[in-house]
Amino acid sequence: MTATARRRHKPLVVRRRPARRHRRSVTLTLLTSIMLVYTLLPLAWLLINASKTQEGLFGSFGLWFAGDFALFSNIADTLTYDGGIFTRWLLNTLLYVILGAGGATALATIAGYGLAKFDFPGKKAVFAVVIGAVAVPGTALAVPTFLMFAGLGLTDTPWAIIIPSLISPFGLYLMWIYAADAVPDEIIESARVDGAREFQTFFRVSLPLLSPGIVTVLLFTVVATWNNYFLPLVMLRDPDWYPLTLGLDSWNAQAATAGGEAVFNLVITGSLLTIVPLIAAFLLLQRYWQSGLAAGSVKE
Amino acid sequence: MTATDVNVNKSSREYPVALKRSWAGWRFVAPFMAVFALVFLAPIAYSIYLSLFRTQLIGGTTFVGAGNYVKALSDPRFWAAFGNVAIFLVVQVPIMLFLALLVALVIDSGRLYGTSFFRISVFLPYAVPAVVATLMWGFMYGTRFGLIGNLNERLGLSLPDPLSADLMLASIGNIVTWEFVGYNMLILYSALRVVNPSLYEAAQIDGAGQLRVIWAIKLPALRGALLIATIFSIIGSFQLFNEPSILRVLAPNVITTYFTPNLYAYSLSFSGQQYDYSATVAIVMGVITMIIAYVVQLRGMRKGA
Repeated sequence: MTATARRRHKPLVVRRRPARRHRRSVTLTLLTSIMLVYTLLPLAWLLINASKTQEGLFGSFGLWFAGDFALFSNIADTLTYDGGIFTRWLLNTLLYVILGAGGATALATIAGYGLAKFDFPGKKAVFAVVIGAVAVPGTALAVPTFLMFAGLGLTDTPWAIIIPSLISPFGLYLMWIYAADAVPDEIIESARVDGAREFQTFFRVSLPLLSPGIVTVLLFTVVATWNNYFLPLVMLRDPDWYPLTLGLDSWNAQAATAGGEAVFNLVITGSLLTIVPLIAAFLLLQRYWQSGLAAGSVKE
Repeated sequence: MTATDVNVNKSSREYPVALKRSWAGWRFVAPFMAVFALVFLAPIAYSIYLSLFRTQLIGGTTFVGAGNYVKALSDPRFWAAFGNVAIFLVVQVPIMLFLALLVALVIDSGRLYGTSFFRISVFLPYAVPAVVATLMWGFMYGTRFGLIGNLNERLGLSLPDPLSADLMLASIGNIVTWEFVGYNMLILYSALRVVNPSLYEAAQIDGAGQLRVIWAIKLPALRGALLIATIFSIIGSFQLFNEPSILRVLAPNVITTYFTPNLYAYSLSFSGQQYDYSATVAIVMGVITMIIAYVVQLRGMRKGA
């Protein structure tokens, strides 16, 4: 506790430690590579097997290529199978991500800033309620939310996915911690002296300072929305509104139903297409989210 | 969480004069709280309301008070489901967090070749949806064209079927570990990055070895982050749903409709139309989760004092 209080006064910008001289160790690198094999092997498996035809899948060793390289025909088949439904699922997912994750990030940023930089009646209650709600199993909320949304006629529409995605308690927490130190009070005060209103100050002065935190929250809410499975499973019956996750699941389950066509090569290629955008986003935005996360962890 | 309480108390003193206590802050917080009330508070209230009634084909809906709760607490299916996630919690969570801790310490030690490659590669599975992770591992587990089948065939082994009743929980545990070990590693690693460098310098002057530094400086610095990671993992274990739900296609006889509490609540609602009882099961699990998370937090804090 005292440690935390003391830490508050440290600057939040994550400083690289002054370079200590490390003796790099080949042994340690090799040992840790076991972990690397564990995390990367399934991804390698996916990449290799996305290049196989359905016959190739059954007839070849899982960790090496089959004779015929069918990645491109698999991609073409995935995108055109069943009247191009995969493309529709991709567009649905993008819609949910843009409105859901975008909205969640905007709400968390504004509210986190409000909590960090203003004192107002009921602030402690806001904190208690939000933290308490994090402990409630998210999936436990799905059934009553479904019944409520069914009453409002929202099930089987995009709103049933977008509205619940708008709340990210973790995002709020991260932005709160981040805003507390990233925006110096003096800047807000001097904007005040210039006669700027609170929202003007927020958009012109504070928002740019918050951007690493915003990118971090955005990435995590994008992952949460892109990967969402339980909520759409509960809310949607119409395959036309499925996101990618639910669509892939239904393709996979198709083989088990009577008379259903097994399309394992499409499930595998579709899975690959589903993860590529997120992995690319994480790799490209590394610098931002790593510093945002580090800042958040200072206050734990 | 208490750490942030301190934060709240402190900050009310730190505000600039121009921003003293007023209702202005609500303008920023209100939009979040309005949606929050709609998608968090209203469903919680509604499910508590639902749990007090019972709907039957004959006789309609009647108020039963604590009746559903009594039924849940003596329901062998509920306890079977609870037993599964409890085993999961006791076995999978420590293994995952220990691996995460190990990797975080190794990466932080700066003694690896290609540190950032290790860091990003171990984290990468977090970006993979649970659905895709489960499909991939499910295929690999398969004895037909899966890796297990390949290995048995090529090497003449007879590896056990990971999707059999005995191994199912372990197989799911492996998938969840794969998905989240990197995420937890990153939380711990981020906490290590902000350790004051002068502590390491002092330790070096004192002639402390690597292990001593880990024990005396790094582990104490990680306490808060470990606590957060543990609490998130507890909540995650009790909510286990996606992986068993997707694997059900591959092993319908092993994964029952009451394999985990969430799966049970889901099937009660959507196959059984027993919304009242489903809400009760969800609430009971929510309360158990909160109690355990709270106890863990208290213990974690006490050790810190």
